Amino acid sequence: MVTAIRRVVRAGFVGFWRNAYVSLASIFVMTVALFVIGATMFIEQLLTSSLIKLQEKVDINVYFEPTAPQEEIDALRKAVAALPDVAHVTYLSREEALERYRERYRNNEIAMQALSELGENPLGATIAIQAKETSQYESIARFLEEERERTSAGASVIDDINYARNKESIDTLTSIIAAVERASFITMVVLLVAAVLISFNTIRLAIYTAREEIGIMRLVGASNTFIRGPFMLQGIMYGVVAGVLALLVLYPILVWLGPRTELYFELNLFSYFIDNFTYFFTTIIGVGVAIGFISSTLAVARYLRI
Amino acid sequence: MIYFDNVSKVYSDGRSAALHEVTFQVAPREFVSIVGHSGAGKTTLLKMIIAEDRPTDGRVYFESLDVHKIPRSRLPQYRRKIGTVFQDFKLLPNKTAYENIAFAMEANGRSDDEIAENVPQALALVDLDDKAWNFPNELSGGEKQRVAIARAIVNQPDIIVADEPTGNLDPIATYEVVQILKKINDLGTTVIMTTHNKGVIDELGRRVITMDEGRVVRDDESGKYVL
Repeated sequence: MVTAIRRVVRAGFVGFWRNAYVSLASIFVMTVALFVIGATMFIEQLLTSSLIKLQEKVDINVYFEPTAPQEEIDALRKAVAALPDVAHVTYLSREEALERYRERYRNNEIAMQALSELGENPLGATIAIQAKETSQYESIARFLEEERERTSAGASVIDDINYARNKESIDTLTSIIAAVERASFITMVVLLVAAVLISFNTIRLAIYTAREEIGIMRLVGASNTFIRGPFMLQGIMYGVVAGVLALLVLYPILVWLGPRTELYFELNLFSYFIDNFTYFFTTIIGVGVAIGFISSTLAVARYLRI
Repeated sequence: MIYFDNVSKVYSDGRSAALHEVTFQVAPREFVSIVGHSGAGKTTLLKMIIAEDRPTDGRVYFESLDVHKIPRSRLPQYRRKIGTVFQDFKLLPNKTAYENIAFAMEANGRSDDEIAENVPQALALVDLDDKAWNFPNELSGGEKQRVAIARAIVNQPDIIVADEPTGNLDPIATYEVVQILKKINDLGTTVIMTTHNKGVIDELGRRVITMDEGRVVRDDESGKYVL
Protein backbone atom coordinates (compact mmCIF):
# COMPACT_ATOMS: atom_id res chain seq x y z
CA MET A 1 0.00 0.00 0.00
CA VAL A 2 2.73 2.44 1.02
CA THR A 3 4.75 1.33 -2.00
CA ALA A 4 1.76 1.86 -4.27
CA ILE A 5 1.19 5.38 -2.90
CA ARG A 6 4.86 6.20 -3.27
CA ARG A 7 4.79 4.97 -6.88
CA VAL A 8 1.65 6.93 -7.70
CA VAL A 9 3.19 10.09 -6.23
CA ARG A 10 6.42 9.60 -8.11
CA ALA A 11 4.58 8.85 -11.36
CA GLY A 12 2.52 12.01 -10.81
CA PHE A 13 5.58 14.21 -10.42
CA VAL A 14 7.48 12.57 -13.28
CA GLY A 15 4.43 12.85 -15.54
CA PHE A 16 4.00 16.50 -14.58
CA TRP A 17 7.60 17.20 -15.48
CA ARG A 18 7.87 15.12 -18.66
CA ASN A 19 4.61 16.53 -20.06
CA ALA A 20 5.88 20.00 -19.25
CA TYR A 21 4.23 21.56 -22.28
CA VAL A 22 0.80 20.15 -21.53
CA SER A 23 1.23 20.94 -17.82
CA LEU A 24 2.20 24.52 -18.63
CA ALA A 25 -0.81 25.01 -20.89
CA SER A 26 -3.19 23.70 -18.22
CA ILE A 27 -1.55 25.78 -15.51
CA PHE A 28 -1.69 28.88 -17.66
CA VAL A 29 -5.41 28.54 -18.35
CA MET A 30 -6.14 27.73 -14.72
CA THR A 31 -4.08 30.71 -13.57
CA VAL A 32 -6.18 33.00 -15.73
CA ALA A 33 -9.36 31.39 -14.40
CA LEU A 34 -8.26 31.70 -10.78
CA PHE A 35 -7.12 35.26 -11.39
CA VAL A 36 -10.60 36.08 -12.67
CA ILE A 37 -12.10 34.45 -9.59
CA GLY A 38 -9.75 36.37 -7.30
CA ALA A 39 -10.37 39.67 -9.07
CA THR A 40 -14.11 39.08 -8.82
CA MET A 41 -13.77 38.58 -5.08
CA PHE A 42 -12.04 41.95 -4.76
CA ILE A 43 -14.46 43.78 -7.02
CA GLU A 44 -17.32 42.33 -5.02
CA GLN A 45 -15.66 43.57 -1.84
CA LEU A 46 -15.21 47.07 -3.30
CA LEU A 47 -18.83 47.18 -4.37
CA THR A 48 -20.10 45.99 -1.02
CA SER A 49 -18.01 48.43 0.95
CA SER A 50 -18.90 51.40 -1.25
CA LEU A 51 -22.57 50.48 -1.05
CA ILE A 52 -22.31 50.29 2.74
CA LYS A 53 -20.64 53.70 2.77
CA LEU A 54 -23.43 55.11 0.63
CA GLN A 55 -26.09 53.57 2.82
CA GLU A 56 -24.50 55.08 5.90
CA LYS A 57 -24.98 58.51 4.38
CA VAL A 58 -28.71 57.99 4.09
CA ASP A 59 -30.91 58.60 7.13
CA ILE A 60 -34.24 60.05 8.24
CA ASN A 61 -34.19 63.01 10.58
CA VAL A 62 -36.99 63.75 12.96
CA TYR A 63 -37.01 67.36 14.17
CA PHE A 64 -38.87 67.94 17.43
CA GLU A 65 -40.57 71.12 18.50
CA PRO A 66 -38.37 73.11 20.92
CA THR A 67 -41.24 72.85 23.39
CA ALA A 68 -41.57 69.10 23.12
CA PRO A 69 -41.41 67.44 26.53
CA GLN A 70 -38.34 65.28 27.09
CA GLU A 71 -40.41 62.19 28.10
CA GLU A 72 -42.18 62.16 24.73
CA ILE A 73 -38.93 62.52 22.84
CA ASP A 74 -37.44 59.67 24.83
CA ALA A 75 -40.54 57.55 24.29
CA LEU A 76 -40.40 58.03 20.52
CA ARG A 77 -36.67 57.38 20.50
CA LYS A 78 -37.19 54.08 22.30
CA ALA A 79 -40.09 53.11 20.04
CA VAL A 80 -38.05 53.81 16.92
CA ALA A 81 -34.98 52.01 18.22
CA ALA A 82 -37.17 48.97 18.93
CA LEU A 83 -38.26 48.71 15.28
CA PRO A 84 -36.70 45.62 13.64
CA ASP A 85 -35.64 47.55 10.50
CA VAL A 86 -33.69 50.20 12.37
CA ALA A 87 -29.93 49.85 12.50
CA HIS A 88 -29.27 52.67 14.94
CA VAL A 89 -30.66 55.93 16.20
CA THR A 90 -28.58 59.01 16.97
CA TYR A 91 -30.02 61.50 19.39
CA LEU A 92 -29.11 65.15 19.34
CA SER A 93 -30.45 67.15 22.32
CA ARG A 94 -31.51 70.81 22.12
CA GLU A 95 -28.28 71.90 23.80
CA GLU A 96 -26.13 69.82 21.44
CA ALA A 97 -28.05 71.18 18.47
CA LEU A 98 -27.35 74.71 19.66
CA GLU A 99 -23.71 73.90 20.22
CA ARG A 100 -23.44 72.53 16.73
CA TYR A 101 -25.18 75.59 15.31
CA ARG A 102 -22.76 77.88 17.09
CA GLU A 103 -19.85 75.86 15.87
CA ARG A 104 -21.02 75.93 12.30
CA TYR A 105 -21.82 79.67 12.14
CA ARG A 106 -18.95 80.83 14.33
CA ASN A 107 -17.75 83.23 11.67
CA ASN A 108 -21.19 84.33 10.58
CA GLU A 109 -22.01 87.50 12.53
CA ILE A 110 -25.60 87.86 11.38
CA ALA A 111 -26.47 84.36 12.44
CA MET A 112 -24.76 84.81 15.80
CA GLN A 113 -26.52 88.11 16.31
CA ALA A 114 -29.90 86.60 15.47
CA LEU A 115 -29.25 83.91 18.03
CA SER A 116 -28.32 86.33 20.82
CA GLU A 117 -31.35 88.54 20.03
CA LEU A 118 -33.66 85.58 20.50
CA GLY A 119 -32.25 85.13 23.95
CA GLU A 120 -33.27 81.49 24.20
CA ASN A 121 -32.49 78.28 22.35
CA PRO A 122 -34.76 78.19 19.28
CA LEU A 123 -33.68 74.72 18.23
CA GLY A 124 -35.45 71.48 18.88
CA ALA A 125 -33.94 68.08 19.55
CA THR A 126 -33.28 65.79 16.58
CA ILE A 127 -33.03 62.10 16.09
CA ALA A 128 -31.29 60.61 13.04
CA ILE A 129 -32.47 57.14 12.09
CA GLN A 130 -30.53 54.68 10.00
CA ALA A 131 -32.22 51.64 8.55
CA LYS A 132 -30.50 48.32 7.95
CA GLU A 133 -31.50 48.44 4.28
CA THR A 134 -32.37 51.51 2.24
CA SER A 135 -35.59 49.83 1.15
CA GLN A 136 -36.78 49.90 4.78
CA TYR A 137 -36.96 53.69 5.09
CA GLU A 138 -40.42 53.65 3.63
CA SER A 139 -41.85 51.64 6.52
CA ILE A 140 -39.91 53.60 9.14
CA ALA A 141 -41.25 56.85 7.69
CA ARG A 142 -44.75 55.41 7.76
CA PHE A 143 -44.33 54.55 11.41
CA LEU A 144 -43.12 58.08 12.18
CA GLU A 145 -46.05 59.63 10.31
CA GLU A 146 -48.45 57.51 12.32
CA GLU A 147 -46.77 58.66 15.51
CA ARG A 148 -47.12 62.21 14.38
CA GLU A 149 -50.81 61.77 13.58
CA ARG A 150 -51.38 60.14 16.94
CA THR A 151 -49.59 62.82 18.95
CA SER A 152 -51.01 65.71 16.91
CA ALA A 153 -54.37 65.13 18.64
CA GLY A 154 -52.79 67.12 21.42
CA ALA A 155 -50.01 69.44 20.40
CA SER A 156 -47.63 67.54 18.11
CA VAL A 157 -44.13 67.19 19.39
CA ILE A 158 -42.75 66.50 15.92
CA ASP A 159 -41.97 69.57 13.88
CA ASP A 160 -40.74 67.92 10.72
CA ILE A 161 -39.69 64.60 9.21
CA ASN A 162 -37.37 64.98 6.28
CA TYR A 163 -38.27 61.69 4.65
CA ALA A 164 -40.62 63.22 2.10
CA ARG A 165 -37.88 65.56 0.88
CA ASN A 166 -35.30 62.77 0.77
CA LYS A 167 -37.68 60.22 -0.60
CA GLU A 168 -36.70 60.61 -4.20
CA SER A 169 -32.98 60.29 -3.65
CA ILE A 170 -33.49 57.40 -1.24
CA ASP A 171 -35.66 55.61 -3.80
CA THR A 172 -33.09 56.17 -6.56
CA LEU A 173 -30.32 54.92 -4.34
CA THR A 174 -32.35 51.88 -3.35
CA SER A 175 -32.97 50.91 -6.93
CA ILE A 176 -29.34 51.56 -7.92
CA ILE A 177 -28.10 49.38 -5.10
CA ALA A 178 -30.50 46.61 -6.02
CA ALA A 179 -29.49 46.81 -9.69
CA VAL A 180 -25.77 46.87 -8.93
CA GLU A 181 -26.06 43.91 -6.59
CA ARG A 182 -28.02 41.90 -9.11
CA ALA A 183 -25.69 42.78 -11.98
CA SER A 184 -22.56 42.00 -10.01
CA PHE A 185 -24.01 38.70 -8.85
CA ILE A 186 -24.90 37.66 -12.40
CA THR A 187 -21.49 38.74 -13.73
CA MET A 188 -19.78 36.81 -10.98
CA VAL A 189 -21.73 33.64 -11.64
CA VAL A 190 -21.09 33.88 -15.39
CA LEU A 191 -17.37 34.49 -14.85
CA LEU A 192 -17.10 31.66 -12.35
CA VAL A 193 -18.90 29.18 -14.58
CA ALA A 194 -16.76 30.22 -17.57
CA ALA A 195 -13.54 29.90 -15.56
CA VAL A 196 -14.46 26.48 -14.25
CA LEU A 197 -15.57 25.19 -17.66
CA ILE A 198 -12.47 26.45 -19.44
CA SER A 199 -10.16 24.87 -16.88
CA PHE A 200 -12.13 21.68 -16.98
CA ASN A 201 -11.89 21.51 -20.75
CA THR A 202 -8.17 22.17 -20.81
CA ILE A 203 -7.47 19.38 -18.37
CA ARG A 204 -9.75 17.10 -20.33
CA LEU A 205 -7.74 17.86 -23.47
CA ALA A 206 -4.50 17.25 -21.60
CA ILE A 207 -5.74 13.83 -20.56
CA TYR A 208 -7.17 13.19 -24.02
CA THR A 209 -3.58 13.25 -25.29
CA ALA A 210 -2.80 10.51 -22.78
CA ARG A 211 -5.76 8.28 -23.66
CA GLU A 212 -3.60 5.76 -25.52
CA GLU A 213 -1.26 5.52 -22.58
CA ILE A 214 -4.23 4.83 -20.35
CA GLY A 215 -5.24 2.03 -22.71
CA ILE A 216 -1.72 0.58 -22.62
CA MET A 217 -1.64 0.70 -18.83
CA ARG A 218 -4.87 -1.24 -18.68
CA LEU A 219 -3.51 -3.87 -21.04
CA VAL A 220 -0.40 -4.27 -18.93
CA GLY A 221 -2.68 -5.08 -16.02
CA ALA A 222 -2.55 -1.83 -14.05
CA SER A 223 -5.53 -1.37 -11.75
CA ASN A 224 -7.78 1.63 -12.25
CA THR A 225 -6.58 3.27 -9.05
CA PHE A 226 -2.98 2.86 -10.10
CA ILE A 227 -3.69 4.49 -13.47
CA ARG A 228 -5.89 7.24 -12.09
CA GLY A 229 -3.69 8.23 -9.15
CA PRO A 230 -0.94 10.10 -11.03
CA PHE A 231 -3.49 12.01 -13.12
CA MET A 232 -5.41 13.10 -10.03
CA LEU A 233 -2.19 14.17 -8.39
CA GLN A 234 -1.26 16.16 -11.48
CA GLY A 235 -4.66 17.84 -11.42
CA ILE A 236 -4.05 18.85 -7.81
CA MET A 237 -0.57 20.11 -8.69
CA TYR A 238 -1.98 22.20 -11.54
CA GLY A 239 -4.40 23.73 -9.04
CA VAL A 240 -1.73 24.53 -6.45
CA VAL A 241 0.73 26.00 -8.96
CA ALA A 242 -1.99 27.97 -10.76
CA GLY A 243 -3.33 29.26 -7.44
CA VAL A 244 0.09 30.47 -6.31
CA LEU A 245 0.67 32.08 -9.72
CA ALA A 246 -2.73 33.81 -9.63
CA LEU A 247 -1.90 35.22 -6.16
CA LEU A 248 1.51 36.36 -7.43
CA VAL A 249 -0.15 38.17 -10.32
CA LEU A 250 -2.78 39.73 -8.04
CA TYR A 251 -0.17 40.96 -5.55
CA PRO A 252 1.47 43.81 -7.56
CA ILE A 253 -1.89 44.84 -8.97
CA LEU A 254 -3.25 45.21 -5.43
CA VAL A 255 -0.13 47.07 -4.30
CA TRP A 256 -0.78 49.54 -7.10
CA LEU A 257 -4.55 49.67 -6.57
CA GLY A 258 -4.48 49.91 -2.76
CA PRO A 259 -3.95 53.67 -2.29
CA ARG A 260 -6.22 54.47 -5.21
CA THR A 261 -9.14 52.45 -3.91
CA GLU A 262 -8.58 54.03 -0.52
CA LEU A 263 -9.05 57.40 -2.13
CA TYR A 264 -12.28 56.61 -3.95
CA PHE A 265 -13.85 53.81 -1.94
CA GLU A 266 -12.40 54.41 1.51
CA LEU A 267 -11.14 50.82 1.41
CA ASN A 268 -7.51 49.95 0.83
CA LEU A 269 -7.72 46.76 -1.20
CA PHE A 270 -4.12 45.88 -0.52
CA SER A 271 -4.42 46.00 3.25
CA TYR A 272 -7.73 44.18 2.92
CA PHE A 273 -5.87 41.49 0.99
CA ILE A 274 -3.09 41.28 3.57
CA ASP A 275 -5.53 41.23 6.50
CA ASN A 276 -7.52 38.41 4.91
CA PHE A 277 -4.58 36.67 3.30
CA THR A 278 -5.37 33.23 4.77
CA TYR A 279 -8.90 33.47 3.45
CA PHE A 280 -7.80 34.41 -0.08
CA PHE A 281 -4.97 31.90 -0.08
CA THR A 282 -7.18 28.98 0.95
CA THR A 283 -10.07 30.02 -1.29
CA ILE A 284 -8.07 30.52 -4.48
CA ILE A 285 -5.83 27.50 -4.01
CA GLY A 286 -8.76 25.44 -2.75
CA VAL A 287 -10.83 26.30 -5.84
CA GLY A 288 -7.80 25.48 -8.04
CA VAL A 289 -7.22 22.13 -6.37
CA ALA A 290 -10.92 21.28 -6.56
CA ILE A 291 -11.15 22.14 -10.26
CA GLY A 292 -7.93 20.25 -11.05
CA PHE A 293 -8.86 17.18 -9.05
CA ILE A 294 -12.46 16.91 -10.23
CA SER A 295 -11.58 17.60 -13.89
CA SER A 296 -8.83 15.01 -14.04
CA THR A 297 -10.87 12.42 -12.18
CA LEU A 298 -13.79 12.83 -14.58
CA ALA A 299 -11.54 12.93 -17.65
CA VAL A 300 -9.62 9.77 -16.76
CA ALA A 301 -12.78 7.93 -15.80
CA ARG A 302 -13.89 8.32 -19.39
CA TYR A 303 -10.90 6.43 -20.76
CA LEU A 304 -10.98 3.84 -18.02
CA ARG A 305 -14.58 3.04 -18.92
CA ILE A 306 -15.70 2.89 -15.33
CA MET B 1 -4.80 -23.89 -21.22
CA ILE B 2 -6.77 -21.70 -23.65
CA TYR B 3 -10.03 -23.10 -24.93
CA PHE B 4 -12.33 -21.48 -27.48
CA ASP B 5 -15.77 -23.06 -27.42
CA ASN B 6 -17.90 -22.25 -30.44
CA VAL B 7 -17.04 -18.56 -30.31
CA SER B 8 -18.80 -16.15 -32.66
CA LYS B 9 -18.49 -12.40 -32.86
CA VAL B 10 -20.87 -10.24 -34.84
CA TYR B 11 -20.19 -6.51 -34.85
CA SER B 12 -23.02 -4.18 -34.13
CA ASP B 13 -23.60 -3.21 -37.76
CA GLY B 14 -24.99 -6.74 -38.04
CA ARG B 15 -23.45 -7.55 -41.42
CA SER B 16 -19.90 -8.67 -40.81
CA ALA B 17 -19.12 -11.65 -38.61
CA ALA B 18 -15.56 -11.28 -37.32
CA LEU B 19 -15.59 -14.81 -35.87
CA HIS B 20 -17.80 -17.70 -36.81
CA GLU B 21 -18.15 -20.69 -34.47
CA VAL B 22 -14.46 -20.90 -33.67
CA THR B 23 -13.40 -23.88 -31.58
CA PHE B 24 -9.82 -24.84 -30.75
CA GLN B 25 -7.56 -25.27 -27.78
CA VAL B 26 -4.00 -24.45 -26.90
CA ALA B 27 -1.99 -26.68 -24.59
CA PRO B 28 0.59 -25.37 -22.11
CA ARG B 29 4.08 -24.69 -23.57
CA GLU B 30 2.72 -24.68 -27.13
CA PHE B 31 3.80 -22.11 -29.72
CA VAL B 32 0.79 -21.44 -31.93
CA SER B 33 0.78 -19.17 -34.95
CA ILE B 34 -2.48 -17.86 -36.35
CA VAL B 35 -2.37 -16.87 -40.01
CA GLY B 36 -4.90 -15.43 -42.40
CA HIS B 37 -5.70 -12.47 -44.62
CA SER B 38 -6.45 -9.09 -43.14
CA GLY B 39 -9.92 -9.15 -41.67
CA ALA B 40 -9.89 -12.92 -41.19
CA GLY B 41 -10.49 -12.42 -37.48
CA LYS B 42 -6.99 -13.03 -36.09
CA THR B 43 -6.83 -9.88 -33.97
CA THR B 44 -10.41 -10.32 -32.73
CA LEU B 45 -9.37 -13.78 -31.56
CA LEU B 46 -6.50 -12.39 -29.50
CA LYS B 47 -8.68 -9.62 -28.07
CA MET B 48 -11.01 -12.31 -26.77
CA ILE B 49 -8.16 -13.88 -24.81
CA ILE B 50 -7.18 -10.64 -23.07
CA ALA B 51 -10.86 -9.73 -22.52
CA GLU B 52 -10.60 -6.61 -24.65
CA ASP B 53 -13.53 -7.81 -26.70
CA ARG B 54 -16.53 -9.98 -25.86
CA PRO B 55 -17.92 -12.81 -27.99
CA THR B 56 -21.49 -12.56 -29.20
CA ASP B 57 -21.82 -16.27 -28.70
CA GLY B 58 -19.75 -19.08 -27.21
CA ARG B 59 -17.15 -19.10 -24.45
CA VAL B 60 -13.45 -18.51 -24.00
CA TYR B 61 -11.69 -20.32 -21.15
CA PHE B 62 -8.35 -19.61 -19.59
CA GLU B 63 -7.61 -22.81 -17.73
CA SER B 64 -10.96 -23.35 -15.97
CA LEU B 65 -11.83 -19.65 -15.92
CA ASP B 66 -14.55 -18.26 -18.20
CA VAL B 67 -12.74 -15.14 -19.40
CA HIS B 68 -15.85 -13.08 -20.05
CA LYS B 69 -17.38 -13.82 -16.68
CA ILE B 70 -14.52 -12.09 -14.88
CA PRO B 71 -15.87 -8.93 -13.19
CA ARG B 72 -14.42 -5.69 -14.44
CA SER B 73 -12.69 -5.04 -11.14
CA ARG B 74 -10.79 -8.37 -11.40
CA LEU B 75 -9.65 -7.83 -15.01
CA PRO B 76 -6.31 -6.21 -14.10
CA GLN B 77 -5.36 -9.27 -12.03
CA TYR B 78 -6.37 -11.56 -14.90
CA ARG B 79 -4.39 -9.58 -17.46
CA ARG B 80 -1.26 -9.85 -15.38
CA LYS B 81 -1.20 -13.57 -16.19
CA ILE B 82 -0.89 -12.71 -19.87
CA GLY B 83 1.95 -10.89 -21.58
CA THR B 84 0.84 -8.91 -24.61
CA VAL B 85 2.88 -7.76 -27.61
CA PHE B 86 1.42 -5.60 -30.38
CA GLN B 87 2.32 -4.63 -33.92
CA ASP B 88 2.55 -0.96 -32.88
CA PHE B 89 4.54 -1.80 -29.70
CA LYS B 90 2.29 0.23 -27.39
CA LEU B 91 5.11 1.52 -25.22
CA LEU B 92 4.45 4.43 -22.89
CA PRO B 93 6.11 7.33 -24.73
CA ASN B 94 7.00 9.28 -21.60
CA LYS B 95 8.82 6.41 -19.95
CA THR B 96 12.26 5.01 -20.72
CA ALA B 97 12.74 1.40 -21.79
CA TYR B 98 13.60 0.51 -18.19
CA GLU B 99 10.57 2.38 -16.80
CA ASN B 100 8.23 0.79 -19.35
CA ILE B 101 9.25 -2.64 -18.12
CA ALA B 102 9.29 -1.55 -14.49
CA PHE B 103 5.76 -0.12 -14.89
CA ALA B 104 4.35 -3.58 -15.64
CA MET B 105 5.96 -4.83 -12.44
CA GLU B 106 4.82 -1.85 -10.39
CA ALA B 107 1.27 -2.34 -11.65
CA ASN B 108 1.66 -5.92 -10.51
CA GLY B 109 2.55 -4.80 -7.01
CA ARG B 110 6.10 -6.21 -7.11
CA SER B 111 8.64 -4.96 -4.62
CA ASP B 112 11.39 -2.52 -5.51
CA ASP B 113 14.02 -5.23 -4.98
CA GLU B 114 12.29 -7.55 -7.42
CA ILE B 115 12.04 -4.74 -9.97
CA ALA B 116 15.71 -3.85 -9.59
CA GLU B 117 16.60 -7.50 -10.14
CA ASN B 118 14.16 -8.57 -12.86
CA VAL B 119 14.10 -5.58 -15.20
CA PRO B 120 17.82 -5.82 -16.09
CA GLN B 121 17.38 -9.57 -16.58
CA ALA B 122 14.48 -8.98 -18.98
CA LEU B 123 16.50 -6.33 -20.82
CA ALA B 124 19.42 -8.74 -21.09
CA LEU B 125 17.14 -11.44 -22.46
CA VAL B 126 16.13 -9.16 -25.35
CA ASP B 127 19.72 -7.90 -25.63
CA LEU B 128 18.96 -4.25 -24.83
CA ASP B 129 21.05 -3.67 -21.68
CA ASP B 130 22.68 -0.64 -23.26
CA LYS B 131 19.37 1.07 -24.20
CA ALA B 132 17.74 0.86 -20.78
CA TRP B 133 17.52 4.65 -20.32
CA ASN B 134 16.42 5.58 -23.82
CA PHE B 135 12.89 6.78 -24.49
CA PRO B 136 10.84 4.90 -27.12
CA ASN B 137 11.32 7.65 -29.72
CA GLU B 138 15.07 7.07 -29.47
CA LEU B 139 14.76 3.38 -30.33
CA SER B 140 14.40 1.60 -33.68
CA GLY B 141 11.28 -0.45 -34.46
CA GLY B 142 13.02 -3.71 -33.64
CA GLU B 143 14.35 -2.32 -30.37
CA LYS B 144 10.92 -1.03 -29.40
CA GLN B 145 9.42 -4.44 -30.04
CA ARG B 146 12.11 -6.07 -27.94
CA VAL B 147 11.31 -3.67 -25.09
CA ALA B 148 7.64 -4.60 -25.49
CA ILE B 149 8.55 -8.30 -25.31
CA ALA B 150 10.70 -7.71 -22.23
CA ARG B 151 7.73 -5.94 -20.64
CA ALA B 152 5.45 -8.82 -21.59
CA ILE B 153 7.66 -11.48 -20.00
CA VAL B 154 8.93 -9.63 -16.94
CA ASN B 155 6.04 -10.74 -14.75
CA GLN B 156 6.60 -14.35 -15.80
CA PRO B 157 3.17 -14.73 -17.38
CA ASP B 158 1.67 -18.10 -18.20
CA ILE B 159 1.15 -17.08 -21.79
CA ILE B 160 2.37 -14.51 -24.29
CA VAL B 161 -0.15 -13.13 -26.78
CA ALA B 162 1.53 -11.40 -29.73
CA ASP B 163 -0.50 -9.60 -32.39
CA GLU B 164 1.56 -9.25 -35.59
CA PRO B 165 4.72 -8.63 -33.56
CA THR B 166 6.86 -8.46 -36.71
CA GLY B 167 4.36 -6.50 -38.81
CA ASN B 168 6.31 -3.26 -38.68
CA LEU B 169 9.83 -4.69 -38.69
CA ASP B 170 12.53 -5.22 -41.28
CA PRO B 171 13.71 -8.81 -41.96
CA ILE B 172 16.63 -8.69 -39.53
CA ALA B 173 14.56 -7.28 -36.68
CA THR B 174 11.84 -9.82 -37.53
CA TYR B 175 14.34 -12.64 -37.23
CA GLU B 176 15.57 -11.34 -33.86
CA VAL B 177 12.04 -10.95 -32.47
CA VAL B 178 11.06 -14.47 -33.58
CA GLN B 179 14.22 -15.91 -32.02
CA ILE B 180 13.39 -14.18 -28.73
CA LEU B 181 9.82 -15.51 -28.81
CA LYS B 182 11.18 -19.00 -29.48
CA LYS B 183 13.59 -18.68 -26.59
CA ILE B 184 10.76 -17.61 -24.29
CA ASN B 185 8.70 -20.58 -25.46
CA ASP B 186 11.64 -22.91 -24.84
CA LEU B 187 11.81 -21.55 -21.30
CA GLY B 188 8.26 -22.80 -20.77
CA THR B 189 5.86 -19.99 -21.67
CA THR B 190 2.96 -20.60 -24.02
CA VAL B 191 3.01 -18.27 -27.05
CA ILE B 192 0.10 -17.37 -29.31
CA MET B 193 1.08 -15.18 -32.24
CA THR B 194 -0.69 -13.86 -35.29
CA THR B 195 1.35 -13.12 -38.38
CA HIS B 196 1.34 -12.41 -42.09
CA ASN B 197 4.92 -13.45 -42.54
CA LYS B 198 5.41 -16.68 -44.48
CA GLY B 199 9.13 -16.77 -43.69
CA VAL B 200 8.43 -16.65 -39.97
CA ILE B 201 5.97 -19.57 -40.10
CA ASP B 202 8.20 -21.75 -42.25
CA GLU B 203 11.17 -20.99 -40.03
CA LEU B 204 9.32 -21.90 -36.85
CA GLY B 205 7.85 -25.20 -37.99
CA ARG B 206 5.36 -25.17 -35.11
CA ARG B 207 1.56 -25.42 -34.96
CA VAL B 208 -0.32 -23.17 -37.41
CA ILE B 209 -4.01 -22.26 -37.32
CA THR B 210 -5.26 -20.78 -40.59
CA MET B 211 -8.28 -18.51 -40.53
CA ASP B 212 -10.48 -17.25 -43.32
CA GLU B 213 -13.53 -15.01 -42.99
CA GLY B 214 -13.85 -15.66 -39.29
CA ARG B 215 -13.55 -19.48 -39.51
CA VAL B 216 -10.72 -21.84 -38.67
CA VAL B 217 -9.98 -23.52 -42.01
CA ARG B 218 -6.79 -25.43 -41.15
CA ASP B 219 -5.04 -26.51 -37.97
CA ASP B 220 -1.67 -28.22 -38.59
CA GLU B 221 0.64 -29.54 -35.89
CA SER B 222 3.79 -28.50 -37.69
CA GLY B 223 2.47 -26.27 -40.32
CA LYS B 224 3.54 -24.36 -43.34
CA TYR B 225 2.09 -21.06 -44.41
CA VAL B 226 -0.71 -22.04 -46.79
CA LEU B 227 -3.43 -19.68 -47.91
